[in-house]
Amino acid sequence: MTTTDAPEAAPPPTGKRRIGDVAFAGLARGSGLLILLILAGVAAFLVIQAWPSLTANTANFLASTEWDPNVREEPAFGVAALAFGTVLAAAIALLLATPVAIGIALFIVFYAPRRIASVLGYLVDLLAAIPSVVYGLWGIGFLAPELVPVYQAMVRYLGWIPLFSGPASTSARTMLTAGVVLAVMILPIITAMSRDVFQQTPQGHREAALAMGATRWEMIRLAVLPFGKSGVIGGAMLGLGRALGETMAVAMILSPALIVSWDLLQSGNQTIAAHIALQYPEATGYGVSALIAAGLVLFAITLIVNMAARYVVSRGSKES
Amino acid sequence: MNTTTTQPSGAGTGSPANEMRRGSLPNHFPAMLLASCAAVVAGILLAFSSFGFLLWGLLTAVAYVVIIATASARVEGGRKAKDRLVTAVVYGCFLVAMLPLVSVLWTVLRNGIVRFDGYFLSVSMSGVLPSMDAGGVYHAIVGTLAITGMATLISVPIGVMTAIYLVEYAEGRLKRIIIFFVDVMTGIPSIVAGLFVVALWMILFGPGETNGAAGAIALSVLMIPVVVRSSEEMLRLVPQDLREASYALGVPKWRTITRVVLPTSAGGLTTGIMLAIARVIGETAPLILTTGSSATAINWNLFDGQMMNLPVFIYSQVRMGGAVNYERAWAAALTLILVVMLLFFLARIIGRMFAPKTR
Repeated sequence: MTTTDAPEAAPPPTGKRRIGDVAFAGLARGSGLLILLILAGVAAFLVIQAWPSLTANTANFLASTEWDPNVREEPAFGVAALAFGTVLAAAIALLLATPVAIGIALFIVFYAPRRIASVLGYLVDLLAAIPSVVYGLWGIGFLAPELVPVYQAMVRYLGWIPLFSGPASTSARTMLTAGVVLAVMILPIITAMSRDVFQQTPQGHREAALAMGATRWEMIRLAVLPFGKSGVIGGAMLGLGRALGETMAVAMILSPALIVSWDLLQSGNQTIAAHIALQYPEATGYGVSALIAAGLVLFAITLIVNMAARYVVSRGSKES
Repeated sequence: MNTTTTQPSGAGTGSPANEMRRGSLPNHFPAMLLASCAAVVAGILLAFSSFGFLLWGLLTAVAYVVIIATASARVEGGRKAKDRLVTAVVYGCFLVAMLPLVSVLWTVLRNGIVRFDGYFLSVSMSGVLPSMDAGGVYHAIVGTLAITGMATLISVPIGVMTAIYLVEYAEGRLKRIIIFFVDVMTGIPSIVAGLFVVALWMILFGPGETNGAAGAIALSVLMIPVVVRSSEEMLRLVPQDLREASYALGVPKWRTITRVVLPTSAGGLTTGIMLAIARVIGETAPLILTTGSSATAINWNLFDGQMMNLPVFIYSQVRMGGAVNYERAWAAALTLILVVMLLFFLARIIGRMFAPKTR
């Protein structure tokens, strides 16, 4: 129906269809359908394997904070504390990363010397190339010890803010450290999305602003930021999706506890992904099934966030 | 020039006409100011003998921002001052992002080099107790190569064929659905991909079965969407004229794709695939669940028993927690980063070698 606008829809040679054509087209189509099948399979197998523990669970799965599924009878477990920790860690990461990412994107597009701008962009992309387990190792082996005195100072001077109440953890294996590392990890993706939309700002808008005597910042505020808003929001939400599902940095850094706590400078809390990685090797009884149920919750959360992000981005690009 | 009618924002101080008469700071003023701030702060810190690079950078930045904002506000007026302030902040953002990159690479290099040698790369952990001053990562390298290799063999045909379908064949609703779900698949958390294979394996082989193939399938779930996206972009770059020239000679569509479209985009496709490999080769979470984390011996068989690999090796050494274990973890991290960087640079070189063909 919409063949006219697609450039690739050039009519193939007419005449009867050759067997090679039919087979190749079938293969290509089959691959596309296979992807849909795999995605459906992910959801289906998770549900099938989570079901036994969910039906045997004696606690409220969504409201309980305990985790005691490794028994043959009467398992009791819930994801409330885990879901809270997941959202908290991702929120810290997002709050820290988004402003910096916007700054970097502006720097690369409008401030950096043209000749080296692409190299600088490549350097930011390199942040995404470092494996998460290396970030975890860096976080626990280098960053956390460095942050101990910083946290003590924060407790001393900012302790009156409820989030930063003491006593500060002596190992700095806390939610804030995990959030900082997550922020570094999602920085490249938010930067990349913001860069793309900033670059697409119509030349006319930018030059019109400058011609009216606007300074560079006024040009950015008047022409670039309003145009790029949806792209930046979409990028931030994709980053949020990454942060929600990130496992290793949290699993290696955080000193976990299944509690709901707002104290960012004390050890405690735990995320779904890290909990799965840490508990899986020791899971018995209903344990594995319960972890799969927790994974299903994570899958659902990230799915919603990612779909919303794509929606925001696509709506933004349609408007322009 | 000095009409007073249009002024883009109300940020200015005084009347616009007044603004035009104001002076401006000399061109080299920011650089000079930055240098002198750095020197003065360094001097003060050294005098109190509390010099640290981070503290030095932070205080220099604060001093610079305060001075340039006030100086510019005095000489050039509020609007210019705001512009200079934002410029300083934007440069600062980039430098802040470089800190972790430099720090990660530097700490990994410094700590990893301690154990990183021919011995470490060529022996396994077979028969080595965790606290012994011996052992290496050969078995983990073998596992990483085998698992990533199998994941690539699964992902590339499916990914590239899907991209071909999206670019050359698909139209209408199914096309939109597949594009949408490939996007969704990009966002699957890696641990969920691992759980998926765990769930699948429990149904197929019963509980507790771990082997390399399971890890490879988990990685494929993460790799396929990346391959689809990059291949799709590359195939779209192939000029339509080439396809039409081929059709005009009576070449069937599938021969056109295999003989004209794919060779033209071969460089770009290879680059995309290598970047996808670099992306999944460091994945840890799904492999902890699927390949097991306690294998110590060399295992080339993807279908039999646990299989160690570099990311899981790093993780399990950290979990053991001794000094020797940390040394091994750092050295393995150095190995892993070198592999990833190598893939990245190869991808860049291949991309550059083949890129001009389409223009």
